[in-house]
Amino acid sequence: MIKFTDVYKIYPMGDTAVHALDGVSFEINEGEFVAIVGQSGSGKSTAMNIIGCLDVPTSGTYELAGVDVSTMDDDQQAVIRNKMLGFIFQQYNLIPTLNVLENVELPLLYGGVGAAERRSAALRALEMVGLADKYKNRPNQLSGGQQQRVSIARALVGNPAVILADEPTGALDSRTGREVLELLQSLHAAGNTVVLITHDNSIAVQAQRIIRLEDGRVVYDGPADAPGAVVTPSTSGGEGGGPA
Amino acid sequence: MSILESLLLALKNIVSSKTRTVLTMLGIIIGVAAVIVIVGLGNGLEGYVTDSFSDMGTNTLTVSVQSRGSTRTLEVEDMYEMVEENSAYLDQCSPTVSMSGTVKIGTETTSSSVTGVSEDYFAMMGYEVASGRGIQYSDIAQRSKICVVGAYLDQAYFGGNAVGDTIRVGGQNLTIVGVLAQQSEDLEEGGSDDCVYLPYSTASRLSGGRVSSYVVTVLDENDIDESSEALESTLYAYFESDDFYTVTSMSEMVETMTSMINIIVGVLAGIAAISLVVGGIGIMNIMLVSVTERTREIGIRKSLGAKERYIMQQFVIEAACTSALGGIIGILIGYGLSAVASQVADAVLGETLAVSPTAGAVGMAFGISVGIGVLFGYLPAKKAARLNPIDALHYD
Repeated sequence: MIKFTDVYKIYPMGDTAVHALDGVSFEINEGEFVAIVGQSGSGKSTAMNIIGCLDVPTSGTYELAGVDVSTMDDDQQAVIRNKMLGFIFQQYNLIPTLNVLENVELPLLYGGVGAAERRSAALRALEMVGLADKYKNRPNQLSGGQQQRVSIARALVGNPAVILADEPTGALDSRTGREVLELLQSLHAAGNTVVLITHDNSIAVQAQRIIRLEDGRVVYDGPADAPGAVVTPSTSGGEGGGPA
Repeated sequence: MSILESLLLALKNIVSSKTRTVLTMLGIIIGVAAVIVIVGLGNGLEGYVTDSFSDMGTNTLTVSVQSRGSTRTLEVEDMYEMVEENSAYLDQCSPTVSMSGTVKIGTETTSSSVTGVSEDYFAMMGYEVASGRGIQYSDIAQRSKICVVGAYLDQAYFGGNAVGDTIRVGGQNLTIVGVLAQQSEDLEEGGSDDCVYLPYSTASRLSGGRVSSYVVTVLDENDIDESSEALESTLYAYFESDDFYTVTSMSEMVETMTSMINIIVGVLAGIAAISLVVGGIGIMNIMLVSVTERTREIGIRKSLGAKERYIMQQFVIEAACTSALGGIIGILIGYGLSAVASQVADAVLGETLAVSPTAGAVGMAFGISVGIGVLFGYLPAKKAARLNPIDALHYD
């Protein structure tokens, strides 16, 4: 489903160049639940931007569902984002002037779906996250957990190939954070491909598989329950979900 | 995403920030209203001038002649002959001799319009003699020292019994033999009832000059241009040059006045249009702020798959809607102010001045305001659409 082949992302910074991604290769298959883990500066955000078609690699190729998207122009990427990807952000990123239903409808609106179909699909998605009765509310009338569930509904409304969650629990207390993670797990159980980006090992272990990045390189890629999954070679055992 | 959906989206945004929208629209509202009122005022003025002149008679030609040296002079008899020659077009003729307007009545001195005319003049102009008699041919022939006064002088100085009294014009006592019927609604100094008419022969002797201007009526006022040309060609044949006479019709004067009014209205409307442009810049300003403020929203929309063109469309339509709404409000205010202006003109000036904006002006004002919205909304919209989604998403 997702295939990174020797991906580099290099930002020029004055005289030096920062290698945010330094030859990263991995493959995520359909139906997997993968956590991409790393500390701040490890390159996980860059990887997430590239997976999300918000950015293009400096070199190397990124294939999404067998299509090389690393050389696409802005409009083609917009179509990929719309049809193939569902985003869940740390800050929910709902549009405050639209109500819950309209927020969930947005990806379908840009996808050219008709009004009646949009509405029923959005209501279905809201039902899945248990917020169908709040569809008329504004985002600021909901709690953080509810807002995140709305953004999950928005992510899955277009039935995308990949659901991309960027620190989805970062702004939530531990109880609502757990609820959100359970929701992601149920999406995975329903057959969706879920990619979770986080700095928090305790969150990462909820996934099926962990890809750990450090200084732009993959330092671990394997099952989440294996012994090496939450231990990094350089910071032996010192990291346990501390702030990035 | 269809245009209709973009339109609904834009209207939603406009409604959700009312104060800002109203402030943005203010420039457009003022500009459109000003253009409409000024054009309406121009139309009213034009109508007023046309009406006033047609009261004075659109079936008359005014002829003024000079002598060509001592060899070619035009006597009153020659003029009568010329009118006779063109009887297919021309009806009657009267010399008019304007005199200094100082009139002495007893010990008082006033100024009035004093004109020497022929016995036909009153009939030509449609004036009626209310009491006494008019000017007769014998008065002209004998250079009688008589006059006919307007209703204002009669009422103001003689208490309505002017006939038989005398007034002094140009150092000569004239006996009042008749009073004209009242012409305007109010008797006032300087109005059309403040006048003195005497035989042109008497007037020309008193002012010591030759008769140099005439009023000629035409048979059919629709043929006024042909009539004017016929008379001019006769005059040309007489003088063998066109430097010594002018023939003016009232309709020509109306045209001249109208074109002058149009120039003034055009200049004023141009000034008002400047405020439309300023309003447009206001829209651009607000849209630029709005793009910055909504950077995050643009990022979200892009991450959900909005193409550049949708973002662009959203902002341009929003700008166009704002200015179109401003245009509509401006049109309504413009119509309201026009109605008020008509009432004020009626109440203060006592004149009927119908301030009526033309549909063309209204349409143009609206078109320009929408155009300005699109034009000045384009730049900020382009800026919004070009935003990098990652930067936009992380913008605070």
